[in-house]
Amino acid sequence: MFSYCADPDTLSGLTWLSCYLTTGKHMAFYVSFGTVLLLLAITAPTALLFGFGGAAAARARFFPLRWVGKAYISVVRGVPDIAFFLFFVIALDQGFEWLRHKVKCPDWDQPIRQGSDFVVCDAAKLPLGNAAQWVHETYGFFLAVLTFAIVFGAFAANVLFGAMRAVPHAQLETAEAYGMTQRQTFWRILVPQMWVYALPGLSNLWMVLIKATPLLFLLGVEDIVYWARELGGTKTPRFTDYPHGDWRMWYFLVLLIFYLAFTRVSEVVLDRVMKKLTHGQATAGGEAQRKAA
Amino acid sequence: MKNILLGTAAIALSASMAFAGSHGDVVRMGTEGAYPPFNFINDAGEVDGFERELGDELCARAELTCEWVTNEWDSIIPNLVSGNYDTIIAGMSITDERDEVIDFTQNYTQPDPSAYLAKNGMAVDLEGGVIAAQAGTIQASHVAASGATLLEFASPEETIAAVRDGEADAVLADRAFLTPIAEEDPELEFYGDLVLIGGGVGMGLRESDGELRAKFDAAIQSMKDDGSLNALIEKWEIGETF
Repeated sequence: MFSYCADPDTLSGLTWLSCYLTTGKHMAFYVSFGTVLLLLAITAPTALLFGFGGAAAARARFFPLRWVGKAYISVVRGVPDIAFFLFFVIALDQGFEWLRHKVKCPDWDQPIRQGSDFVVCDAAKLPLGNAAQWVHETYGFFLAVLTFAIVFGAFAANVLFGAMRAVPHAQLETAEAYGMTQRQTFWRILVPQMWVYALPGLSNLWMVLIKATPLLFLLGVEDIVYWARELGGTKTPRFTDYPHGDWRMWYFLVLLIFYLAFTRVSEVVLDRVMKKLTHGQATAGGEAQRKAA
Repeated sequence: MKNILLGTAAIALSASMAFAGSHGDVVRMGTEGAYPPFNFINDAGEVDGFERELGDELCARAELTCEWVTNEWDSIIPNLVSGNYDTIIAGMSITDERDEVIDFTQNYTQPDPSAYLAKNGMAVDLEGGVIAAQAGTIQASHVAASGATLLEFASPEETIAAVRDGEADAVLADRAFLTPIAEEDPELEFYGDLVLIGGGVGMGLRESDGELRAKFDAAIQSMKDDGSLNALIEKWEIGETF
């Protein structure tokens, strides 16, 4: 990066450190912080959407839909996360490929399962076998987003389901008395009021999600924990210009600070949101706000 | 403005896709990137080491375009059979157990003896003590069979750290991997006799991929014949030459 970095053996102290911290490998480490933040930024709303869908389905009057919603909530919540991440992602990927295979190569005569191998025609591969590396990485990333969204969506669905039932029944009856249809009651009365009951549960989920990102590496996405482990490991002079001992503790310390800071920021933001949502609500918090005003 | 941005993004995307389409057969090489001198991530963040040079040369000889991917050791075989990459080139010893699930090319290193590494002057009970090894390796099965308490770790780095911390009495791993560590660290030294396990290191491929295997097999043979493989083995100090 800097011109004086050409010969690291001659450097010492801060100049050495400045060169060390700007190697290509460290750049990849810094970028992975962005990856994790991006993953959270995409996953959280998607999971919320899954959760909303699941909760709405679970309280539907049409019973097959209700069963689907309830089954989704209880099955996904019951399966251990790690099993989901190891098995489900590969299954999901193979499922997509199987569908594409059926559509794109109808006259393929070999079996798809050959022993332990999963063989589909070249045109059905996802992403295509000759796609660039970044396409593979992006695909892996979105597979990760989808898996996280499905898992956390089920928990969010349960929270939202509970929150929908916590909205005072008198509110819904009043809406009906005003002549609102069922749909209008749902969107205008129930949904705006349920968030205040859902937020404590959802904020818990968010905190767990922040810390669940190291599961990414199981999916081949190189996240901050992977890089911290890789960079902190002992480096012998034969394989690097910047040999050092076991520095994993320092790298993990950086992660600790990152996660703590991120948690703190989340808490502050969630507190603000809570204050806003409580405003005018028939809850203890809302009552306190009214008295203070 | 938004439209212009979207437009350029679309053009860039289609251009890169056209490019991706034009370079034909890409073979994705899966490796661990944490096992020097076989494979590791260099300062620039790229895969480097004996297998990187070997793999690039093999691809050149077999006229294939190759791309390098890293994957955790634990899930390196499942990801191969499900098609996330096409080869495993990760210092993987050829064993009967693995051969049931995947296929191997001929070996490109001699069967390299494994060795125990322990702290200086420690008396280690190799058959009753605590021995560290990387999970899912031939060394791990050897320790489990020897009667010692096996301490498994996901990455090679952690097995060494366990010996440094005193969590394990010794670590069993390929000698080529341990040699640079023993040389650099005055506190660690080889202990006991060498252990002869494994049938040399080969490239792993899906069993249904016979054609690709034949190509790599031929390329390895040609490198054995003209001595360039030996030169690489000597350069990276992998062990015995052919």
